[in-house]
Amino acid sequence: MTQVLDPPASGAAPEPPPPLVGGPRPPGYLADRTFRIVAVLAGVMVLVILALIIWVLFDNSLEWFREEGIGSVFSLDWAPNEGKYGAGALVIMTLMVAVIALLLAVPVSVGIALFINEIAPRRARLPIVFVVDLLAAIPSVVFGLWVLRQLASPLADIYADVHNLVKDVPILGDVFGDPSASGLAIMTAGIVVGIMIMPIVTAITREVFATTPASQKEATLAMGATRWEMIRGAIFPHSRSGVVAAVIIGFGRAVGETIAVALVIGSSQVLTENVFAPGDTLASIIANQFGEASGVQRSALIGFGLVLLAMTIVLGIIARSILRRANRRLGIA
Amino acid sequence: MTTEPPMTTTLTPDTTIDGVATLPPTEVDQPPAAESEVPEQEREVVFRLSEVEVFYGAARAVTGVDLDIARNEITAFIGPSGCGKTTVIRSLNRMHDLTPGARVMGTITYHGENLYSGKVDPAEVRRRIGMVFQKPNPFPKSIYDNIAYGPRINGTRKRSQLDDIVEHALTRAALWGEVKDKLKSSALGLSGGQAQRLCIARALAVDPDVLLMDEPCSALDPIATARIEDLMHELKDNLTIVIVTHNMQQAARVSDRTAFYTAEPDEEGRRVGKLVEYDVTETIFTKPGDPRTEGYITGRFG
Repeated sequence: MTQVLDPPASGAAPEPPPPLVGGPRPPGYLADRTFRIVAVLAGVMVLVILALIIWVLFDNSLEWFREEGIGSVFSLDWAPNEGKYGAGALVIMTLMVAVIALLLAVPVSVGIALFINEIAPRRARLPIVFVVDLLAAIPSVVFGLWVLRQLASPLADIYADVHNLVKDVPILGDVFGDPSASGLAIMTAGIVVGIMIMPIVTAITREVFATTPASQKEATLAMGATRWEMIRGAIFPHSRSGVVAAVIIGFGRAVGETIAVALVIGSSQVLTENVFAPGDTLASIIANQFGEASGVQRSALIGFGLVLLAMTIVLGIIARSILRRANRRLGIA
Repeated sequence: MTTEPPMTTTLTPDTTIDGVATLPPTEVDQPPAAESEVPEQEREVVFRLSEVEVFYGAARAVTGVDLDIARNEITAFIGPSGCGKTTVIRSLNRMHDLTPGARVMGTITYHGENLYSGKVDPAEVRRRIGMVFQKPNPFPKSIYDNIAYGPRINGTRKRSQLDDIVEHALTRAALWGEVKDKLKSSALGLSGGQAQRLCIARALAVDPDVLLMDEPCSALDPIATARIEDLMHELKDNLTIVIVTHNMQQAARVSDRTAFYTAEPDEEGRRVGKLVEYDVTETIFTKPGDPRTEGYITGRFG
């Protein structure tokens, strides 16, 4: 490597090392350069794709914004026959479906994750993980048809029973109101979406729980904690931010779920607080009406896509800031 | 939190030399240790281990451990890496229950009761036999909540009672003066030495009978180490302490008795930990009965 230009005179100082600049390039140089370029391109591409999506959605929904004004995003009336194109009712019903789905999916997912990580015998773990992951591989239209054909009418009976039970209780009587006879309802959509987001929420919470340091678990157990006390004392505090992340991801999936919801929600755009009544979400109304829509209605439906995107982003930001504050209080971040 | 007084057994010395009772030597092929210079009173045995072996799966980690651990003494486990000292200390509060595949063979009694009997609740075992780990492991909670964790899970809910326990535990762990004004701040902000004393205080808060310390100072600087060692001397009036240490000077400084372990290849060439010698610390360090012990303590480990 070191090129000796002039043989040193005997007794002279040893040859100095070659200069840092201008010397031969190290062997990994080219590969590193290439990697860098590929990585930067991939990173930039994500931003470009997102920008293009937003641009196309905005460009195509411009008519809606121009005709109805930006206020129609919050208007609760959707009645294309009367020229009313409000997104508000659909935003709220989208949130209802997502919240129901999360309320159902998160506790079950946390339970499955804890079972797999802490209780199931080692040999049973992989098969259980496989089965849960398999749920995620079922196409959403299959879920929708299954619920539509098999689950909707038994659910209608259950809804009727629940309604009869609580109809005289002030708020509950309205939330669990008169059920739709078909069983197609906001609740049904929430159940389907809950089942659909369960695998991903389970997978993430499981990973997060597994990162709890053994030292934390041992610290609780060494003080006489039972297994459940160990879970509450070591695993949950450690996993708080990870579980919130899982909920955010689950939420993103829940608000965006389209075909299964479109099949089982009953397609009604009238805002209701009754979860047993039919409804529609931003995604399901696009699926249900886009084919026949034209003019402002079509433009409004595209605008709903933009609203959906904005909703996911805003909720993600809110969740992150909640998380940051919680971590700061704990002294983690 | 009243616990019934633990059953006690009194050690009957197997060997008596010149009317002075000494612990039986741990290995039959070893000559009995020279007369110990510490006069022995009747020592109350807390742990009695006989023919203890621990397996991880099919691998034998440590074998042939026979020793008695006496009340209000500090017992040190020393030896090179892989000699099984940590494995043995973790068998004393059933921490191996949590390791899949780990099995403890032989018998370990605690105040005369079989520690591994099916009727014994491991959570209760660990409440009475506390543990401090190699790396300080405070919870990501406030200092107060760290100390209050143990009492809370054991059913103490009243604020005034918890306040007293927290102050008492932190005082015993020589940390109260440093943290009394910031009990509400996160325990993660403490220095390494403070965090380890917090962990000791946390263990003391459930009022254990025994404190197991698994290399408690290996992550600390010499000053923090000295404080913990002073603390151990103060604590031993009310506690029985077992400490695993890599630091021979530490064993010599703090312990009353020392057990030397080493790892040797078995018939199939796998290294298995075993207890070589167990005696009064001074004897181990001045007149060890086994050449392997001597080799280790003089630094000629082989």
